[in-house]
Amino acid sequence: MSVPILEMKNITKVFPGVKALDDVSFKVEKQNIHCLVGENGAGKSTLMKVLSGVHPHGTYQGEIYLDGELQTFDNTRESEKAGIAVIYQELALVPEMMVYENVFLGNEIRNGIRVDTNEMIKQTVNVLNKVRLDVNPSTKIKNLGIGKQQLVEIAKALSRDAKLLVLDEPTSALNETDSENLLNLLRNLKKEGVTSILISHKLQEVISVADKVTVLRDGLSVITLDNNNGEVDENVLIKHMVGRSIDNIYPEREKEDFGDIIFEIRNWSAYDPSRERDILKDININLRKGEVLGITGLMGAGRTELAKSIFGNPDNYRIKGEMYLKGKKVNFSNPGSAIKSGLAYVTEDRKAEGLILIQDVKTNITIANLKRILNNGLIDENAEIRDARKYTDSLAIKTPSIEQKVLYLSGGNQQKVSVAKWLYVQPDVMILDEPTRGIDVGAKFEIFTIMNQLVEEGMSIIMISSELPEILSMADRIYVVSTGRITGELQKEEADQETVMRFATM
Amino acid sequence: MNFFNELWELLKRNIRDYGMYIALFVIMLIFAIATDGVFISSRNISNLLNQMGYIAVLAIGMTLVIVIRHIDLSVGFMAGFLGAVAAIALTSWGFPVWVVIPMVLLFGVLAGLITATTIAVFGIPSFVATLAGWLIYRGALLQATLRTGTIIIPNDTFNAIGNGYIPDFPLEGFLPDLHKLTLLLGIIGAIAMVVSEIRSRKNKMAYDFDVPSTSIFVLRLVFTVVLIGAITYIFAGYNGLSWTAVIVLGVTLLYHFLTTQTYLGRHIYAVGGNPEAAELSGISVSKITYVVFGSMGFLTALSGMLFASRLQSATTTAGTLFELDAIAAAYVGGVSSAGGIGKVTGSLIGAIVMTSLTNGMNLLGIDISTQYIVRGAVLVAAVVFDVATRKRLR
Repeated sequence: MSVPILEMKNITKVFPGVKALDDVSFKVEKQNIHCLVGENGAGKSTLMKVLSGVHPHGTYQGEIYLDGELQTFDNTRESEKAGIAVIYQELALVPEMMVYENVFLGNEIRNGIRVDTNEMIKQTVNVLNKVRLDVNPSTKIKNLGIGKQQLVEIAKALSRDAKLLVLDEPTSALNETDSENLLNLLRNLKKEGVTSILISHKLQEVISVADKVTVLRDGLSVITLDNNNGEVDENVLIKHMVGRSIDNIYPEREKEDFGDIIFEIRNWSAYDPSRERDILKDININLRKGEVLGITGLMGAGRTELAKSIFGNPDNYRIKGEMYLKGKKVNFSNPGSAIKSGLAYVTEDRKAEGLILIQDVKTNITIANLKRILNNGLIDENAEIRDARKYTDSLAIKTPSIEQKVLYLSGGNQQKVSVAKWLYVQPDVMILDEPTRGIDVGAKFEIFTIMNQLVEEGMSIIMISSELPEILSMADRIYVVSTGRITGELQKEEADQETVMRFATM
Repeated sequence: MNFFNELWELLKRNIRDYGMYIALFVIMLIFAIATDGVFISSRNISNLLNQMGYIAVLAIGMTLVIVIRHIDLSVGFMAGFLGAVAAIALTSWGFPVWVVIPMVLLFGVLAGLITATTIAVFGIPSFVATLAGWLIYRGALLQATLRTGTIIIPNDTFNAIGNGYIPDFPLEGFLPDLHKLTLLLGIIGAIAMVVSEIRSRKNKMAYDFDVPSTSIFVLRLVFTVVLIGAITYIFAGYNGLSWTAVIVLGVTLLYHFLTTQTYLGRHIYAVGGNPEAAELSGISVSKITYVVFGSMGFLTALSGMLFASRLQSATTTAGTLFELDAIAAAYVGGVSSAGGIGKVTGSLIGAIVMTSLTNGMNLLGIDISTQYIVRGAVLVAAVVFDVATRKRLR
């Protein structure tokens, strides 16, 4: 057997108060795609940060061997030099700079004291070919879609002769087509001798692409499975990730009879002046009391735009059409008036638009409805503490205290705080935009359970999601959006992946 | 043992808040020793607080501006200009002082709202918008004082704002060396403090919330009372509370109350913490921008009048560099330029720290060039401390 390209031996990394990695050993063979899975907080990212030198040598215990040689990285530059390229979820590209400038960022080809633009462009074309990306090297990054940006990031790594690519949830922001492209690219690069470590929450994707899968749980490496022997399936992975088997990650819901139509939009169109195009065209949807309505579609189809245009239109689209809430025609001039009328919107991007990360849990929960804790016009801090405790308890938010800053919670718990904040406004209709993005299986299950409770209590939910399995399992009825139009309406019974995809690509 | 553990934990957890008070204490101690006690004499402390009044009110307004991720460079010359307007209204126009003061405050609010419009409606970065304001108000100040040069203000009532002291009880023979009303106010303040602390503690206990142990609570009360007592005693030893001190105290209490107890305060910090999330939570970011810049304009007018009153005149250079002193005070006081973090009480302490440095070094006869360097170093040190403790704490 050949020397493994990477071997991490007995890695232990301790943060104040937490043992993030506990004696983890991790071995990657050459020309493999090695997947790393585990719940949030299991230690995947920490392990990769130890590898890349973000946590420098000496701040952890254990040894790292690259091609059999002991490595002691003091910073990320050294690991890069050794041929390790890490591509993070948040891409490290400069939006205002061109593709070739980004590819050679910090590594510019020089001609005397000047940069050699022509040579850089030429070499960029070469690496772009390798990643099968057909764009002009002089395009600005901000004009590329997220999928193409991801490819530029990989091209950047290849231009530096990376032997080992580490991708941290590369497909979490990509649609199905772009995801499939990316996975195919990894397969091709494998043939050309590049080894990849892929961190992912999407288990089907892991199973389809991996040679080996390592499962981390609570800072321990639980097991490494060989996917080529067929010993891996979704249930096995989940069992190892959560330490128990979850029979059904989608909890059952009892009630099936819905009330009257509570919310409706008719002939709804929107034009976005900043992008100078129509983003929504003639949309008609309705929602019944106690219903979970699914809205799905590919990235860029207009799902989030639809939600925002309903929720007080904060991005100032020009809107035509009518909206009815509880039988009355309504018109929201800003999110505040939408909230007052009984709408809530759990945003897609909880960090950028949902939460105030530097503030604590209780402040985040109460911010959208401070009225509830006003006493003679002043904030009653005791009432606030009482309410915040009630909501953290009922949603089982794991936090050391309600005074903890949201910044330091895990993704799943942040999402629950975001949900708690909107439950606190006691809405009739709750819009959940990608409620399970970037959270682990256990937290997903809890979010779904909360959703079921809410509709059983009579709330109505609009669930926007690009994850087909969850929308097929959770929604009572599904609208499919494509290029700003509703292309299909499906009852739960008649919906399956193929039908939805057919409508989504119409 | 348990008591000290709790005390230590409390100190560690709140090091960022206490750090500034400790720094102020150390600075004062050093100057007190170096000047053989002249620095902490009643007369000097009283002077020091009067000197810093016009910067302190600006720093408090600037705190909120920086909290919502903006900056206001125009406040210095705007203060100078509004001071000149007050002087002209009192002299040339012959308006009575009780008309002039509210009128100039109103002008300040309007000026602030104009600044806010350029930022909230037209989307100009506040740095640029207020840099333009800096130029415009500088020009306006020069024009206002063009013909006359320095405008002398002969109005005693107006001049008392910056130089006068609150009256005293006409009690001959009773505590002849002390200012009786000041003592009384100090005692009332201390009692009010103790009562409200006890009430809030009882309230918390009624809800069954965690409260610090009784010994810690008593220690904190004793400490606060001693502090109020010491400050009162110092003031009472020399003419009593000045009107400037009363104004600064009032503004601080008002803004402290607004930022910590009202929904408006919550909205301001929410906008600073994450404007997108705030907007989607039903908070109008542009409304908050108007409120914060309007308040900045109000305090700028106040600052301008405090300064004009202190000099008993409006000068052609009034307000020069006030804005940078106010920004420095806010940063020393723990405001974060990333937005969403910073307390008005912190900025007041920041202003006292910076003025203490100037005052103390003046007493020691230290050269002005050295003074600038020392103040710069303290500014950097304060911010480094702030950033370092923020990283460490979680």
